Amino acid sequence: MSKANAINYKKGKEPHAREYRLVFKNVDRKGWDPGIDCYLQDGGYRELKKALLMDPVDITEDVKKSGLRGRGGAGFPTGVKWGFIPPNNTKPVYLICNADESEPGTFKDRYIIHQDPHQLLEGMIISCFATGANLAYIYIREEFPEGARILEKAIEECHQKGFLGKNILKSKFDLEIFVHRGAGAYICGEETGLIESLEGKRPYPRIKPPYFPAALGLYMCPTIVNNVESLCNVKHIIAMGGDAFAKLGTARNTGTRVLCVSGDVVNPGYFEVEVGHITMGELIHDLCGGLKPGRKLKAVIPGGSSAKVLRAGEKFKIKKGDQEIEIGIEDIPMDFDTLMACGSMAGSGGVIVIDDSRKASWILNNINEFYAHESCGQCTPCREGSLWMKKITDRITRGEASPDDVETLESVAFNIDGKTICAFGEACAWPTESFVAKFREEFLADTSEKYDDAILNPETELAAAHLSSET
Amino acid sequence: MSEANDKVNVQIDGEWHQFPKGTRMIEACRLAGKEIPHYCYHPKLSSPGNCRMCLVEMGMPPRPRPGEDPPKPDKDGHLPIQWIPRPAISCANTIAEGMGIRTDSQLTNECRHGVMEFLLINHPLDCPICDQAGECRLQEFSVEFGTGGSRFREKKVKKPKNVDIGPRIRLDDERCIMCSRCIRFCQEVADDDVLGFTDRGSHTVLGVHPGKELSNNYGLNTVDICPVGALTSNDFRFQMRVWFLKETNSICTSCGRGCNIIAGAREDKLYRLTPRDNNEVNSSWMCDYGRLNFHFLTSEARLTDPMILEHRAHRIARWSEAVGRAAEKLKEFDASKIAIIASGRMTNEELFMARRLGETLGIEKIAIVPRSGEADDYLVSADKNPNTRGARLILGKKVDKQLKEIAAGVKKGTITALIALDENLLKCGFEEDTLKKLDLLISSHILANPTASLSHVVFPSTATVAEKRGTMINRTGRLQRLNQAIDPPGQAMDLWEILRDLAQALGGSNGVYLLEDVFKLMAGTIKEFEGLSLGKIGDQGLPLLKPKESIPLLERERERIEKGIIVG
Amino acid sequence: MNVPKEIEAEIDERITHYPVSKRSAALPVLHSLQEHFGYVTEEAVEWVAAKLDLEPINILELVTFYPGFRQSAPGKYHIRVCRTLSCAMEGSYELMEKLCQEAKIDRSEVSHHHPIAVSEDGKFSIEFAECLASCGTGPVCLVNDDFHEAVEPAKADKLLKQYD
Repeated sequence: MSKANAINYKKGKEPHAREYRLVFKNVDRKGWDPGIDCYLQDGGYRELKKALLMDPVDITEDVKKSGLRGRGGAGFPTGVKWGFIPPNNTKPVYLICNADESEPGTFKDRYIIHQDPHQLLEGMIISCFATGANLAYIYIREEFPEGARILEKAIEECHQKGFLGKNILKSKFDLEIFVHRGAGAYICGEETGLIESLEGKRPYPRIKPPYFPAALGLYMCPTIVNNVESLCNVKHIIAMGGDAFAKLGTARNTGTRVLCVSGDVVNPGYFEVEVGHITMGELIHDLCGGLKPGRKLKAVIPGGSSAKVLRAGEKFKIKKGDQEIEIGIEDIPMDFDTLMACGSMAGSGGVIVIDDSRKASWILNNINEFYAHESCGQCTPCREGSLWMKKITDRITRGEASPDDVETLESVAFNIDGKTICAFGEACAWPTESFVAKFREEFLADTSEKYDDAILNPETELAAAHLSSET
Repeated sequence: MSEANDKVNVQIDGEWHQFPKGTRMIEACRLAGKEIPHYCYHPKLSSPGNCRMCLVEMGMPPRPRPGEDPPKPDKDGHLPIQWIPRPAISCANTIAEGMGIRTDSQLTNECRHGVMEFLLINHPLDCPICDQAGECRLQEFSVEFGTGGSRFREKKVKKPKNVDIGPRIRLDDERCIMCSRCIRFCQEVADDDVLGFTDRGSHTVLGVHPGKELSNNYGLNTVDICPVGALTSNDFRFQMRVWFLKETNSICTSCGRGCNIIAGAREDKLYRLTPRDNNEVNSSWMCDYGRLNFHFLTSEARLTDPMILEHRAHRIARWSEAVGRAAEKLKEFDASKIAIIASGRMTNEELFMARRLGETLGIEKIAIVPRSGEADDYLVSADKNPNTRGARLILGKKVDKQLKEIAAGVKKGTITALIALDENLLKCGFEEDTLKKLDLLISSHILANPTASLSHVVFPSTATVAEKRGTMINRTGRLQRLNQAIDPPGQAMDLWEILRDLAQALGGSNGVYLLEDVFKLMAGTIKEFEGLSLGKIGDQGLPLLKPKESIPLLERERERIEKGIIVG
Repeated sequence: MNVPKEIEAEIDERITHYPVSKRSAALPVLHSLQEHFGYVTEEAVEWVAAKLDLEPINILELVTFYPGFRQSAPGKYHIRVCRTLSCAMEGSYELMEKLCQEAKIDRSEVSHHHPIAVSEDGKFSIEFAECLASCGTGPVCLVNDDFHEAVEPAKADKLLKQYD
């Protein structure tokens, strides 16, 4: 990147040499502020002007060509998603920016929203123009109060400059964007749950079919829900063209990706890299300064806490060209397809590194508590199973579980996986499935057969209690 | 579009079937004789797909990748099926051409076992004292998909119990499985958005807002559709174990709608009325008023024996004596001096026998007592008589108007003898003093009342609800059957029998022995009934006359069916 | 309940952001009321329902679903400590313990239904929050709207002193 030389970053926040700053170009930049003047001085809204002269269909085509895959977690191609709006649609189209960043381990949207709101708005305005949306919302998590204020101010600035409102830059395109604050619910990151929430209802995800948002979304109208980082990328696709964007990263895994590393590394943080250009080992040792002194790698959760854990020492079979090769955890290139081939996922880009000082059961119990707390409770397996898993791991960490409980724990996860309305089922099942499968011995070592017959809450006692209370 | 194009080929458990396009998978399976267990799905409500009990293994013809050959059909023209590892809910998904469904595969069974276990872990196993026992869907599917023991070693989630959520309904939140049927019923059918879920996850509880209650006139339907013992009826709970109830199909007689019902009785005591599906009348619902309007059957004021007024006091008489006395007295009057006040609550057969009595004696003045009240925007009709249309058809259109003329005649003294059938004359324009002037007052009643007190002969009659057989015609012109669920108390008899006996005493044998004989006579006399018999009417009734009104609830339901929101 | 004119004006303006359905404004309206009153009272639930032409249960369904809405009065400064994995690995449970010690907050009565504990003097209240999305700088917490990252448990007292 030729310009990169001209950009200076705050001391101690300089990007690593292996990074490729595109979406995070302005994060931690010296002299940078979230105001529109700063953004305009840096060439901001140039892509909007360019896009408004294009045919919206061509923009969608460009996004398709770019190969951009959603950065929220599912990795679904953004352009293809846009293309799902029914061709003969006569209803209004809505666009929603999913800024409900809440997958544990993920903290990229926070920086874009707080430091570079106009990049997001520019990407959004272009995306609305491409999809024909005249009303858009930014669904931002309640825990970003400052972020919501910054975005509202940025929207106001856009109105003043004519980038929002009626007849934007004399293009005859009208658009209003509003900030909508959530109230602390992970499930609102699920796009149909988000839509229900935005409709003022409990954020119960909708069944798909029939409620695919691109056809039956907000107010039963076609609705595009895109992640913050995905929308920012749209601006860059317009800047460089879809074909050029597709050359970044690797085939089918194009562009850059903001990887968020937390846990047991010396320098946790965010790193924007070309997708697939660095391996897990490079990420941990080169970009994050390695593990803490004297510690060994135990495991990595590679894509937010719902991603299946990868164990150090595990061998993965992946395809390289026509050949199948075996690699270790540190050799995994950080892209969508390889991580999937390794039985996990790139997810939201949140990488949680776990060293040998941690107990697997403690980690899993923490994750299970999160999902039990966040299950919306709409459908049976997740509502009942998420809390059950948490209760079992809670006992395992307290040393009050029997070996049978480990088996039960695993089968509860299997009974949730694939059987729920939304992907939360998998999100809460995968940690348990993978931790138990990969650390079974460790889990079993924490149990004792003396708890085999321990029934903490005997059914008979309950029945007796009911009988006495009813009469 | 040709008929063939409207049909979709679906393979269910290895067998190919054809069903109309748009059929839900669960309904297709039902039609193929494969019941899919479910909790949240209800054909009359929207499908949220939340219980996950109806998950099935599903497959579609494989989609060839670019360059691949398309799959080859077998000798019957069916494409192979590529089974999908992820199960699908059968309640909300519609069938598609070439789809395969497995209702008994390993995957399907695993799903059901898993969901059953989840539903039970936090559910109190208080079946012995649960009012839903015997008709609980958890119990039902536990037999097939449950296990003997529980793997759940944790503390159950505690929730509110015995919650008063309205005057007629009680809620046990620990039993609730969050299927949301009741919430959807209140929102979608009763337009009373009063129930809701609070809190979240495993702690989710059903409830009403503090200070609000579920008190709308359709609330008890939520008890019927609650698949578990979470919602119970204050009126019915702990009265009788449901497996002891003998169920009889009948109709409600509290208004002109004629909602189809099931009467649940044991040993001549009626315990409850519940709605029975009829998509031409009441869908799957009924109003609370009609549902609970049967407790008068066991009233202390119930008349159980015929009575004769002698020396200013009533004494119990045998039937033959009472009928004989009435006939003897009636013979003393000129037909022009006699009038009959019949009731819109009588069955067609009873009305027909009243007409026969009139014909036997030559009586021309015959009326019914109109009862009008408020209609609602759902099922309740403004006509509070269940059989006004039957009365008009059998007795003639003037029956409503003649009441005033008869009342005037009694007052003037031109009418001196009156036969009142199941009507309290003091409530329909007659005054006590004028009635006292009558030379003869013969009446039948279910409950003792002032008219009975003034009568020279009193017959104890049976109640329309649950005690008698017969037919009625509702406001929309539908001929429907009532069936007897319990024996009437004491010596009470159906009016058609009383009138038969009276006519016989007055005019000799009339060849009527059974209710079927009355219907046969009626079918031979009134052209609308031509060719019909009680058997032909069936449990769903028959359209007989032109509808005089539309049913708002059904209209809206049809709209929802059109839109594909509900199955119907 | 007395909603000041300027708050109601702000609420009315927010409602205009949802031209298709007023119901969509439920969360923003609740936020405005909570910001003003500190928590969402029963009266507030009814006020919002009336404002948006809804039944009170429609609002109660939301208030009880979202942990972002409090149903009891918090302290003057409400602390939310991130409980989730990366922060827990960096010591958020210790941070919670320290903050409670320093602010004299007793969390022994905390439960699913009552997640918030308030200090005796009412100055501070505290609860665990799930992932605050700053996993790289844990442990983190929010004090009212102020975000604090890399809060070493040992320096809990320093954090609280900022709110004297």
